[in-house]
Amino acid sequence: MPSGKKNEGLLSDYRILDLTDHKGLYCGKVLADLGADVIKIEPPGGESSRNIGPFYRDIPDPEKSIYWWAYNTSKRGITLNIEAADGKEILRRLVKTADAVVESFTPGYLEGLGLGYAALCKLNPDIIMTSISPFGQTGPYKDWKADDLVGWSLAGQAYVTGDDDCPPCQVSFPHGYLVTGCHAASATLAALYYRETSGEGQHIDVSMQESVLWTTLLLVQFWDMMKINLFRAGSRRSMGTALFRLAFPCKDGHVGFLIAGGQLASISMPPLIKWMAEEGMLGAFEDKKDWEAKEWAEKVDAWALTQETVDAWEESLIRFFANKTKAEIYEKAREKGMIIYPVSTTKDLAENAQLKARDFYVQVEHPELGEAVTYVGAPYKIAEAPCRISRRAPLIGEHNREIYQEELGLSKENMRIFEETGVI
Amino acid sequence: MNYLGCMMKSKQVAKKRIFEGVKIADFTWLGVGPIAMKFMANMGATVIHIESGTRPDICRVSAPYKDWKPGINRSAFFAVYNDSKYGITLNLRMPQAQKVARRIINEWADVVADAHLPGIMEKFGLDYETLRKDKPELIHVATALQGKTGPYSAMPGHGMVGVSLGGITEITGWPDREPTVPFGALTDFLTFPHMVAALIAALIYRKKTGRGQYIELSQLECTAQFLAPPIMDYMINGRILERMGNRSASSVPHGIYRCKGEGERWCAIGVSTDEEWLSFCDVIDNPEWSKEPRFTTFAGRKENEDELNAFVEEWTVNYPPEEVMRRMQAAGVAAGVVESGEDLVADPQLNHRGTLAILEHPEIGPHIYHSPPYRFSKTPHELTMPAPCLGQHNEYVLKEILGMSDDEVSDLLIAGALE
Repeated sequence: MPSGKKNEGLLSDYRILDLTDHKGLYCGKVLADLGADVIKIEPPGGESSRNIGPFYRDIPDPEKSIYWWAYNTSKRGITLNIEAADGKEILRRLVKTADAVVESFTPGYLEGLGLGYAALCKLNPDIIMTSISPFGQTGPYKDWKADDLVGWSLAGQAYVTGDDDCPPCQVSFPHGYLVTGCHAASATLAALYYRETSGEGQHIDVSMQESVLWTTLLLVQFWDMMKINLFRAGSRRSMGTALFRLAFPCKDGHVGFLIAGGQLASISMPPLIKWMAEEGMLGAFEDKKDWEAKEWAEKVDAWALTQETVDAWEESLIRFFANKTKAEIYEKAREKGMIIYPVSTTKDLAENAQLKARDFYVQVEHPELGEAVTYVGAPYKIAEAPCRISRRAPLIGEHNREIYQEELGLSKENMRIFEETGVI
Repeated sequence: MNYLGCMMKSKQVAKKRIFEGVKIADFTWLGVGPIAMKFMANMGATVIHIESGTRPDICRVSAPYKDWKPGINRSAFFAVYNDSKYGITLNLRMPQAQKVARRIINEWADVVADAHLPGIMEKFGLDYETLRKDKPELIHVATALQGKTGPYSAMPGHGMVGVSLGGITEITGWPDREPTVPFGALTDFLTFPHMVAALIAALIYRKKTGRGQYIELSQLECTAQFLAPPIMDYMINGRILERMGNRSASSVPHGIYRCKGEGERWCAIGVSTDEEWLSFCDVIDNPEWSKEPRFTTFAGRKENEDELNAFVEEWTVNYPPEEVMRRMQAAGVAAGVVESGEDLVADPQLNHRGTLAILEHPEIGPHIYHSPPYRFSKTPHELTMPAPCLGQHNEYVLKEILGMSDDEVSDLLIAGALE
């Protein structure tokens, strides 16, 4: 086992070459945190997503991008100009040692360099190649550009997000390419599984538009089945005929709650109304104060409620929540089993008691800063071989020597020439 | 769009399937679990979806319903998350039903998937610690809103509030307005690909070592992956991320602009580099304002972003969004129509790629399903059958898979174990 290579985790037998930019970084992180030897290959000088903020102590420095840190954990890093002849040759040598290559270039770019899937297969017949792109490798839009906002729009999310009297709106920390990276990771894993069975590698084509569509696909079904185009309505959502609130203002922010009807209402409404009664604030629920779960389940169908009824109920709830904090409401919800949750800020998430109790946040050493930094931990708990951050994201070219000299056996002289000519 | 008829024909050529032979007992409901197991089914796994009509999946009793008529087998909400699976009904509160579930697991399954609150699988005798005693090579993958452990894990919930707990609601919308709640149960969709990834990793590990294991996911923790930089920004720099409409630190102009046409006709445009800015100006015929010094640098455009957005919209309102998109893209500028449900069904790119597929459901009739968002060059997905009606495959599973006799099945029926 080469020095520095991790030797634990579910995927410790695999080496993945990560040629992606922000469009695919999360794919490699998922695989690396599961134990794969993921080598991030950056152009000399560093990959462009190092310029994405926020930055450590607000110092805009490619080595201090928190974005880069978060999505390159557990990877090793080298620099390589894959457009130079010598660079291509080095990449070919690396491909021979790898199980999968993940890339997010414009479709056709790698073929143009002689490094497409067919060419890589000649070097390593069972190689897996995962290509991440805005719209996929085929089709009329394949050469088009898309940032997160464009993907959010072409996958229907924008149409249903935002206030109705303002333009459609995105999430202020968009996740389109991140969720695409997660799909890419699962597809890469599926291909690795298949290779274990069949000995065959293959090419995977991942589309961001389709990945985001998977977050919003019922829009298609509402049109297909009912000829309804769902629309944006701020924090309210159509449940059939009436619009229902999903966020209610409270003393220090908002809480997430949906009155709904049927089974959902039967869980939360009886204890909530009891709580309102205790404080003499029943409002529009006066006639429901003796209702148990059964009544809510059987007599209230969200589908059939009128807007007037829903508005009156919600007004009463808004008045009730107005003098209570998110934390007070959440604690009561926990105690009574109500489906009411805080609308969390990033501060709330950082301080979230459940996440703390589950040891979600982890410390990762940053030797170059002389300190440990707190990171978001693993998305799953795996009994046999924990998913974990085994090292912080690589510095620019941090593992050049280790990988080029110690593993590929390049001479010191060659390394010097390649450094001087901008190959590495 | 692909019709099942075409797919059936092409199926006659023996396709290789990734998870051929992998058998999954799917006890999940709602979003995350059903979708993750549907993906496994599309990649070749055999999945038995186990549910009960005594406490139906909320998706089964939620819109959209075909032709506005509600019905336990009429919702696409359930259907599109459960295609390509066999479906049986077991009332797991009954010991007889628990015994059937145990037989499915012990005699047939490689994987158990569940999405119940902590304690429920234990109550049914179907928790991992119990199951592993009979079947140590079993993989059990479990998902819950806040995980299966910890002080808040027992709280009921769903993704429509998960999106608020998970921090996304707070950062969606305009700075001077209330937060906007993103569509649907967004956190479910940010979680299920993690469930697929973790399960496949465990299958690889089992193939190599023969060992099974327990995997547990929390929707909150999966969602936090996609907010890691702003959470860390708070921890390191003390900054709380706030709603900023459609603004982006790396692009300007960057927004959604009203276009020509009836109703909600909008196009997103994102300009990130100076080169793209010049191309953008060419597309809009280099109006006088675009040459003003305040707009020639990125910093200047950022500083004057509101005015810039107004100028951009002065141009976009003259053209339908499709034309804005095509002209921008032809010049190398990212742009995209804000598509409605109706637009998505007609989307040329999605149609070219066969993203949407029509399957003929026994009660709903032909309706649209979805392929996973990736394509394998050698092992294409298959949407093998529409979602099961409630209890549709009871007889098949009990008799063909478990080898039960007619008498045994009718005993279960009479006892109410198959409700």
